[in-house]
Parts: sequence; C-alpha cells; structure tokens
Amino acid sequence: MSPSTVTPNKLNLQAHPVDEVGIRERVARLATRSIKKASKVEGLKLALSMVDLTTLEGADTPGKVRQLCTKAIHLHSGRKDLPMVAAVCVYPTMVRIARKALEGTPIQVAAVATAFPSGMNPLAVKLEDTRYAVAEGAHEIDMVISRGDFLRGDYGRVADEIEQVKEACGKAHLKVILETGELGTLDRVRLASDIAMQSGADFIKTSTGKIQPAATPEVVLVMLLAISDFYRKTGKKIGMKPAGGIANAKAALNLLIMVREVLGPAWLTPSLFRIGASKLPNDMLMQLEKERTGVYQGPDYYSND
Amino acid sequence: MTDSKISSKGSDWGYAPAPESADHFKLKEQYGLFLGGKFVPAGSGKRFATINPANEKTLAQVADAGEKDVDRAVKAARLAYDKVWRKMSGRERGKYLYRIARIIQERARELAVVESMDGGKPIRESRDVDIPLAAAHFFYHAGWADKLGYAFPGKSVGPIGVAGQIIPWNFPLLMVAWKVAPALACGNTVVLKPAETTPLTALLFAEICQEAGLPDGVFNCITGAGSTGAALVRHPGLDKVAFTGSTDVGKAIQKSLAGKATKLTLELGGKAANIIFEDAAIDQAVEGIINGIFFNQGHVCCAGSRLLVQESVEEEVVEKLKARMEHLMWGIRWIRIPTLGRLTQKHSASGFRTISKWDKRREPNFFRRSALFRIRVIGFDQVSLPKWLNPTGSCRRRSSVRCWRFRASEP
Repeated sequence: MSPSTVTPNKLNLQAHPVDEVGIRERVARLATRSIKKASKVEGLKLALSMVDLTTLEGADTPGKVRQLCTKAIHLHSGRKDLPMVAAVCVYPTMVRIARKALEGTPIQVAAVATAFPSGMNPLAVKLEDTRYAVAEGAHEIDMVISRGDFLRGDYGRVADEIEQVKEACGKAHLKVILETGELGTLDRVRLASDIAMQSGADFIKTSTGKIQPAATPEVVLVMLLAISDFYRKTGKKIGMKPAGGIANAKAALNLLIMVREVLGPAWLTPSLFRIGASKLPNDMLMQLEKERTGVYQGPDYYSND
Repeated sequence: MTDSKISSKGSDWGYAPAPESADHFKLKEQYGLFLGGKFVPAGSGKRFATINPANEKTLAQVADAGEKDVDRAVKAARLAYDKVWRKMSGRERGKYLYRIARIIQERARELAVVESMDGGKPIRESRDVDIPLAAAHFFYHAGWADKLGYAFPGKSVGPIGVAGQIIPWNFPLLMVAWKVAPALACGNTVVLKPAETTPLTALLFAEICQEAGLPDGVFNCITGAGSTGAALVRHPGLDKVAFTGSTDVGKAIQKSLAGKATKLTLELGGKAANIIFEDAAIDQAVEGIINGIFFNQGHVCCAGSRLLVQESVEEEVVEKLKARMEHLMWGIRWIRIPTLGRLTQKHSASGFRTISKWDKRREPNFFRRSALFRIRVIGFDQVSLPKWLNPTGSCRRRSSVRCWRFRASEP
C-alpha cells in the first residue's frame, strides 16, 4: 500500500456537528409537502430522468445488461412521454457491453470501481480497476471510500485515495460512495462528505446498496447540507446520489423535495442529482400509469429489467 | 465534462395546491352573547363584524356587549356558581369536561378551519396544534376535577368563585381551553371575553357547552372590544380576573384592581432570545430560530424575536437564516402546506411595518425575504398577496434600539 501523501492538516476538517433530533424533525416536515396530480406527474418524470438504473450482481450476464439498457431507453412500452434514465450502472467488465447497447443515446455508463463494494484491496489494485473501467468506456466512476481507514481516523489516507482515483478517472465523472450504513453516526456522514468533496468528488453517494440501512432521508439531508456549505464556501456545485433502499415513488419524490428546499432548483437536474436504483423505477411507472388511467395495474405489467 | 449531453438546467418543479374545504359547516350570519346558557343579542343591539384577515371579507356579525350585558353575564355566572356548580362533586364536574373534550374532537375539523379563517393562521397549525391541544387540555383537567381533594394533603382545595377571563387573538380556542378548563374543573364559573378580532371559536365553544349539557351560566361568553373587557374587569361581582395579552393592558388591569380583594393572574408578553454558540449544529439551530420566531406568524408570547450569536459564527448563521427564510412558504387562508399565514390584526401588521421602515431608514443591516411565493405551487402561480408582510430580520442591532427592546406584536 502506498504511504499516505495527504496529511489531515491539509484537509480543512472544520467540526460540523449534526443534531440528529433536528434532522429527523426537518425530514418529517419535508415529507408533508403536497405532491399530487400535475405536480406528481412532473416530479415522477423528473425523478425517472435522474435514475442510475443499476445491476450489480455476481450473476450479471451480457444478456441481462443488454436487457437493462433497453429498459433504460424505453422505460415502459407504449408511453412516448417518458424520459430516458440518466445512466446505467454496472460492474467494469460490463461497461463495453452497456456502451454498445446504449450507442446513440444520451444515457451515460457508470461503473463501480475501487474493489466495490468493500474497498478492501490495495490502492494500486483500486487504481487499476478504475483505469480499466475508464478505458472500457465508462463516463462515470462510482468509487467506495475505505471505511476501515475512515473509522480508525486515518482521514488523510481516505482523502489521498479519493484524489488518486480522481486522477485515474481522467475525464470521467467521479462519484464517491460513503457507505453511510457503515459509518454509524450522522456526524461521521458529515465528516466523510466533507473529506470526499475536498478531495475532488464530483458527486457524493450514500451507499453501495449492499449494506442496510442505505439512503435514509436523514443521511441524504445531512449530505445535502454538506453540499450546501461546500457551495457556499467554494462556489463549486457538487452532485448528490442517494442509492439503495429507496423503497417507492413517494420516497423518491421526498428526495426531490429535500433537494428543492435545501439546495434549490439549480440542483434539480440529472447532472447534479441522481437516484441509484434497480427496482424503484417500476413503482414510479405504476404511479404514472395510475395518474394516466385512474387505476393501478398489477406489477406483472412492468418488465423486471 | 462527459455528461454534456444530459440536461444541466435546473427544474422549476413545484408543489400541488392543497386547499382545505370550508364546505362542511356553515357559520351563522350573526352570533349573540352567550349568557346563562342561551345566545342573546346585546342590550344595545350593537354588533360588529369579524373578518377573515387573509381576504378582509366579513365572516359573521358578533354582538357588542356593553356594561349591562357584562352585569347580566356576571350575575348568571354567580347564580350558577351558588346554585349548581360549587355544590357539584368533582366527579360530576369531570364528566362535563370529558364531554366537552370529546365534542371538540368530534368538531375538530370545523373548529380548525374556522380558527384559520378568523385568525389567519395556517391550517397546519390550527389543525395539528391548536385544536388537538385544546381537546387535550379538557381531557387533562377533567382528570383533575375528582382528584383535587386528594392532591394537596392537609389543605382543603375549593373554588374561588366567578372568574372573569380575557384572552387574546393568537391562539383563540387554545386560550379558551387554558383558561376555562382548569377554572371549571375546580368548581368556578366563568365569564369569558375573547378578542374582538377572533371571537368565532369561543362562540362555537359556547355551542359545544350547550351540546354537552353544561348547566346554564357555568360558562358565559361576552364579545366586544377593549371597553367590554374594561367593564368586565371593573365589575364588583368577580372573585378573580385572568388576563392574557399586552403588557400595557395588563398594567391597566393591575391598577384598576389595586386595593381590591379580586385575585388577578396576568400572562403578558416577552422578548425571548435564541442564543447560539460556535459549537452548535448550525443548520439545525437555524431551524430552531425559524420555528421559534415564525411559528404562528410570530404571534407567540415566547416567540424568539432576539438572536444572540457568538461572533465567530455570526456570518454563517445570518447567511443561513436568510437562505432559509427564502424557503418559507406562505399561503392564503387554509391552504395546508404553508409555514406562515396572515397577520391577525391590522395593528400588528402596521407595528411590524413601522419597525421595518424605521430600520430601513437608519441601518444597512436589514434583510427580508425577497419574494412571496418562492416555491412554485403548480396551478397556483397567480397568487399575489401585496398586503402581507414579508418575513423580516435585522442584524448587529445596538441593544438600545426599539426593535431590540419591544415586541413587534402583542401578545
């Protein structure tokens, strides 16, 4: 493992204590906004355009990835008014296949890298992992931070790794996964967010989807507040990607509300807000079909991938 | 950037209107005084209008009680006290209070909408705070009625007599509950004077007392302005006066009762402070400031109208407070989502405005929210509310200035 080249002192790790009770209250309040009819349809379409449609299974095959890419382009047959999703998120070995399947569309290909999901590999391997995914054609890299290093207090090493992965990304966008379910407290979520943003993250992302809890609204709110502070201090807009555990359309709309009220409308775009999900889009489609036809259809009417 | 192909323009996505219906009840065109268990017109025949402050339309005509009406009310209360209520066992009194609490719950939706129409507060607050709390107070004090005899060993607990109660317009029905429930639980009878700007829920409460079969004269309600209140306070038949409202009126009441045997309770205003140190969770502290000062449009006796911030985080706190104020939602009448409603009274609005102007002339450190509806409500874009006061703040004030020392609205 290469020695840590960034000392904690080089980071500006100001204490930003987070009050959990206050966060929960704000989350509860924001969940009571009135979203229905036109507002709901508009919100769901917006949310669909922000989805990173994801498959990250050991059982992924080229055929499955191609199928997912088709879904990314045509979310629901017979509806021409739906947007395409923002990106398809796959393992590095599937990047080339996804790129080919998505040729001619604006849909981005994101690859998880850096020994996803645990990150428990030497830095050299992680960097190689990243370079490979970029060389295969990934537009975006979703990296994981070393939670072990973070939890034992070696923030310098965490920051150093992010910087080096960022360099290895070249022109590819870097999303930094904090895996908040393993960080334990909202204070640590905030600290990890600050480290990631200062080290060159284009996006910060809650979770791998392999650990529960994942993208809880409390965690998302804390990360959005961190992005807001970072923007206030540096003028740089960092993106946000909740991923994992977003159960249904209502939860997705609540995320949009949070973005709308914490960061403002400028962040309501796929270039600054993404939702990582595999099953979620079907619930959003069901809600949209319900608004269109007045009745709910069974889940069998929607493709799994 | 590689994502140049996808849209990087933000979206103006907004919320849906959530209007609360007012079709499920009908207000009467006029309300009389509630004396001895019946609604009767004022002796003088005089009436005044109570308006919806959000659109200034008249909601109902209300009787204007004069000195003679006050006298009738106090006599009715005295009769009920002597003949019925003081003799009744606590257990029996408790039953009536339980009934009242249950009827408040049954009619909660109606009461919430009327409260918002008459007082201008957002329906979210009247529905989730005022009305449920009012019912809870009656339940709570119903439980006290039969336990008073055991609660204070060695002391005998008994009623005082007839209580004259004067309440303000910031929490109309909740104030009724705070004043009336404990008084009745202990065996006192009541003459209540609600604020002239928000009398409707107190009058609906009188209907509820009828519905609950409360013995005639135990609760009496006289409506009118300051002169009615003054006549009530002066009445020699009272054993107790309870007042919630402005400091000036409180002082006047104290003067008029000086040297008399009448007991007095005053609940007057304050100028409460939020104190923020540098190690605070600033974002959540800002939420605390917002809830402290903008709850019920700031019409709260303990509203946090002063902010003391450690110098090292002053800039951050003020900047975040301004940003948060931009997101305050603000809506007419009984739309469900807003945080802010309309100021209840003209005079409190003008009080705020005076301070705003006063500040603007002299100081640069003054800020207010820039626009009314910053968050788009889909299908509701045309709302313009020129008469409503924007949330306002001012920083780096010297401690001698008026806005630092005096409340912008009373109570």
